[in-house]
Amino acid sequence: MAKKITIDPITRIEGHLKLEVEIEGGKVVKAYSAGEMFRGWEKILVGRNPVDAQHIAMRICGVCPAIHAHASTLCLDMAFGIHPPKNGRLIRNLLLGANTIQSHILHFYHLAALDYVDITAIAKYAGNDVELNKIKAWVLNALDQQNAGEPVAVGPFLPRYEGDFYIKDTNTNIALIAHYIQALTMRRKAQEMLTIFGGRMPHELAIAPGGATQDPTVDRIISYKLRLAELIDFIDNVYVPDVMALAGAYPGEAKVGASYGNYLVYGMFDENEDSSVRYLPAGVVKNWKLETFDHKKIAEYVKFSRYSSGSGLYPYDGQTEPEPEKHGAYSWVKAPRYDGLPMEVGPAARMIVAYLSNHPDVKPALDGAFSALGVGLKDLNSTLGRHLARAVELKLLAKKFLTYVEALEPGKPFHTPFQVPKEGRGMGLHDGARGALGHWIVIKDSKIANYQAVVPTTWNASPRDDKNVAGPIEKALEGAPVADPNNPMEPGRVVRSYDPCLACAIHVVEGGKEIAVRRVI
Amino acid sequence: MSKISRREFLRLALVAGVSAGGMSGMGRIAEALAATKALPPVVWLQGQTCTGCSVSFLNATYPDIAKIITQVVSLKYHMTVMGGTGEVAMQALADVIAKKKGQIILLAEGSVPIANPDYCNIGAKGGKSYSFAQAVLDVAKASQAALAVGTCASYGGIPAAHGSQTKAITLNAWLKQNGVSLPTINVPGCPPHPDWMVGTIAHYLWYGVPALDGVGRPKLFYPDVHENCERYSYFQAQKFAKDYGEPFCLYELGCKGPISQCDVPSVRGWNGNVNACIRCGSPCIGCTGPTFPDHDGAGLRGAVALNQPTVKVV
Repeated sequence: MAKKITIDPITRIEGHLKLEVEIEGGKVVKAYSAGEMFRGWEKILVGRNPVDAQHIAMRICGVCPAIHAHASTLCLDMAFGIHPPKNGRLIRNLLLGANTIQSHILHFYHLAALDYVDITAIAKYAGNDVELNKIKAWVLNALDQQNAGEPVAVGPFLPRYEGDFYIKDTNTNIALIAHYIQALTMRRKAQEMLTIFGGRMPHELAIAPGGATQDPTVDRIISYKLRLAELIDFIDNVYVPDVMALAGAYPGEAKVGASYGNYLVYGMFDENEDSSVRYLPAGVVKNWKLETFDHKKIAEYVKFSRYSSGSGLYPYDGQTEPEPEKHGAYSWVKAPRYDGLPMEVGPAARMIVAYLSNHPDVKPALDGAFSALGVGLKDLNSTLGRHLARAVELKLLAKKFLTYVEALEPGKPFHTPFQVPKEGRGMGLHDGARGALGHWIVIKDSKIANYQAVVPTTWNASPRDDKNVAGPIEKALEGAPVADPNNPMEPGRVVRSYDPCLACAIHVVEGGKEIAVRRVI
Repeated sequence: MSKISRREFLRLALVAGVSAGGMSGMGRIAEALAATKALPPVVWLQGQTCTGCSVSFLNATYPDIAKIITQVVSLKYHMTVMGGTGEVAMQALADVIAKKKGQIILLAEGSVPIANPDYCNIGAKGGKSYSFAQAVLDVAKASQAALAVGTCASYGGIPAAHGSQTKAITLNAWLKQNGVSLPTINVPGCPPHPDWMVGTIAHYLWYGVPALDGVGRPKLFYPDVHENCERYSYFQAQKFAKDYGEPFCLYELGCKGPISQCDVPSVRGWNGNVNACIRCGSPCIGCTGPTFPDHDGAGLRGAVALNQPTVKVV
């Protein structure tokens, strides 16, 4: 008889996620992931001036606003019939690039690492680093307070699941705690990089249809480049080695968390002004076979989602209305499918598609990591594999961003003037840190008549579809060990390896009006 | 230091930092606060939010986030960074509510959806979904003060904008509807600057509730944008930018400076002051006020009337 447990909330992700898992013989046999917050973003966009779209759309998510702004401006460019000049394209790449660096570092150290690192090990620190000694003093002091009855004295780090989960070696723990602190500063510098060209982070201001509002002056170029150089040092010498060390300490994590072997990638970082070439290529992998991506094969299902709309529709064909009490529905997340199949999106998807496309940078980088760890391509389909893919990807991307910043041309145009058309349609598909993101817009009477977004976590954290086929995270949870149902650590690790973002995943609503799509990326 | 009390030192440090135009003194304040007893308990709840306020809080520079949570306050609950998951997290929250009655400082991020509590659940309690709306009330009743963090919690923001289906309301409105009374401070912005959040907490802890303007914001951080704008001289000369990239006043491109209040253009900038909203060539979108993002039909890029009162009380 399966034992059902609820893990709610799943913390250290963006947003509100609940997990229900059925456990039998110490393993998860079935899992249900449920998004727990609804705002109705797309309906709020309707009726507004299209040039407001990227500002409203980026506020779908404050962790990854840059990709929402990016996809939104791509779809506005298309609807307005314009392309950014070279500087405009490069600045957009640098905005998204900075956010991707910040996102991957934050994810590993500040969201995922506490599933492995024993924070209490700092009490055994015997070195002379001033900052670490302060943290040590704080933990010792807080533990004293805890013994005196203070609740959550070591907040926000303790309490936590207790059990045989954490790294035992004191030096490894202390090194990772030191890197957790260092990573706080590094991710902040990545935010500064974005602000140098974007004006603010979160929620940049300088991205606009036709390019950017910030001109690439020499001082800004240098300011960005020097921070990027520091981050490259951190990524190469701290982040990547830490992920490799974690892989060595937890080899079992390569055997947990497998989804279907289906992957979807829209591509990432335009290499030319019409978006036809991207540094990381678009593609679809079905059961480990590479195919060309065709956006027309996307459909969204809602049998188990809290909406009263029709099911199996191309994202914008149906009427979608919230129905909180819908019978049998358990999530605010819809179930998007590609060619009827659940698809994993994100860094692992990008690395797998690039590898199978014989990408000149990705293939050797992954082969090197595989041989160092004694794993292979299919092991990227695991909890560990997702961390590894993120690290390998960031190492390559950070160096790519150097070429973008060096290619900026001070004094040259960074923005293409535009007129808002009376009627227009556009689609912006591009990968962000967490995976494939699509925005669609319809303009009528110079106003937004319809707006749709299908986002990475909607793919990954989707509930079951109309055929009762589990979403990728739900599938990945099957087989995850749960030694102690009172301390169910492993399911959280699986979920966090996807870096879910629930504010993004749940924003749906509206439809009823067709959006034609003209550009295939 | 022996001649000066710790509290006095903190006061001087804060004054020095603020009068220098930033919160640069706060690093020293944090050092001085190395705790020997429990720090003030903070509970941070997230409702209808994008988590942007929390990310902005992580961007705090002086003091940085590590110092804030080890030396300024005790962060008892924050879904995005806490170690605990599931029941462990929920129990932590319940323990703090039970044992810290009257002491908690509640930081509420995001609006409260009242059309249906299921529009935002923050966890499970007793086998049932635990709504953000209920959690806010439970924590507020055990709190000494509350901060509405960001524009959604302060004024409703985008979740309450035209087209909303969730009846998103502000922290203050929700507390009032339920007869919960405690000092509340709005710290709006989409997102709020980390200095505004940290500075408001510091002000409350050491000097009490700061002087607030007509829409509940600390006056300290929300002066008029327009008159303090670096492009104000172009406005006075009636030289207006017609397209992005021109150096002139952005009024005709829809700048909300004339109806907005915050100290980003005058002193603070963003992310270590490497850039700022109008400095990057973008019109101000008016994200710190009650009319964001509709702005009475003008939206973010429509021009606003210049003879309107600068702040509308809602």
